[in-house]
Amino acid sequence: MTVSLSLAPRPDPMLPEPLRIHRVKRETPGVFTFEFDVSARGGFPFLPGQFNMLYPFGAGESAISISGDPAEPDRLVHTIRAVGTVTRVLERLGRGDVVGVRGPFGRAWPIHEAEGKDLVVIAGGIGLAPLRPVVYHALRHRASFGRVVLLYGTRTPDDLLYRKEVEQWRGKLDVEVEVTVDAAGKDWRGNTGVVTKLIGRAGFDPTNTLAMLCGPEVMMRFCARELERLGVPLAQTWVTMERNMRCGAGLCGHCQFGPSFVCKDGPVYRYTEVERLLSVREV
Amino acid sequence: MLDAHVEFLSGCAQNVRLAGGKFLFREGQRADALYLIRSGKIALESHDGARGTLVVETVGAGDALGWSTLFPPYRWGLDARAVEPAFLFAIDGPCLRSKLDADHSFGYEFTRRLLNEVHTRLQRARLQTLDVYRAGP
Repeated sequence: MTVSLSLAPRPDPMLPEPLRIHRVKRETPGVFTFEFDVSARGGFPFLPGQFNMLYPFGAGESAISISGDPAEPDRLVHTIRAVGTVTRVLERLGRGDVVGVRGPFGRAWPIHEAEGKDLVVIAGGIGLAPLRPVVYHALRHRASFGRVVLLYGTRTPDDLLYRKEVEQWRGKLDVEVEVTVDAAGKDWRGNTGVVTKLIGRAGFDPTNTLAMLCGPEVMMRFCARELERLGVPLAQTWVTMERNMRCGAGLCGHCQFGPSFVCKDGPVYRYTEVERLLSVREV
Repeated sequence: MLDAHVEFLSGCAQNVRLAGGKFLFREGQRADALYLIRSGKIALESHDGARGTLVVETVGAGDALGWSTLFPPYRWGLDARAVEPAFLFAIDGPCLRSKLDADHSFGYEFTRRLLNEVHTRLQRARLQTLDVYRAGP
């Protein structure tokens, strides 16, 4: 396919911008990362927690969080799990292929609200991808936060995302990083058990903490309850929601979640904004 | 817990050091102690002929291990293996049970803590059972 790559900014949020894949990294089975070199277009600024609509031509669009470093806008990075029609098509693409990109969309993580507080980041499975920009930011602005804690749970040791990077973070003296897996064989020397168990062991002041959670909704609910049990007010816990997003601009209504549109009013919400809706079926 | 209760408990306790890789107990053996982990990491495991050894959970500093010593038939339900060297307090099972029966004030305090631990473990077990990270359809 021949596609002309326009370098001009696209003011129309409904118009995909063709971007060429610069690098592909296979992370874990079914999970891969695309890196687009966007230096020629002047970078791709975004805020941690925002997402783009990715469009493998002819296959439809999918909302994918941006998982790169916000301080490096010349690299647009997306980590994707091949789980649906569109993402399975994306999985077959490689370096040099072109993807339509619209964005960035959505409300970002409240990083500045966390300044001066302990920051607790809890990720489950692929949920580490939308939180990685937060970790990059926190490490880059370490003095702005109290204690910084990353708790990461996933299914098995083979499913650990960004493994080398997580190991590097864990080696830092001013960040607490704990990893656990739900199931393992005897060769695994790390923690086994659900991510909620790590919360009680972590060192943070519940009365001065802001928590950011991303993962399956059930996991986030259990984590929010555990944080509350330890004294973190639910209003200080933030989550990111996943819904069927189409337009990305709050126009089409596909991602309506109660009174809000996830693409525009979310995907990041204060837990108290969505708590009631999380327990309602067929929202 | 009152100082007297702690003293009461310590009368039944002794220090245990477990080298990495060694088993604290094996499934089916008689459960003769309740362990309080001071440091280290212990894997609770089960073995399946087809799938090999499966780690159910790891426990570490601050965790209690060995509730089977409180209830008949006093047999371990899992293997416990030190993933890394561990230091523990071992509270003798029969001694503990007799003190729980002898002092109901102590028994109540102990049972309240036990229930809290069982509650949080049950919550964790439920979440684990849901297998929330499994890829969708």
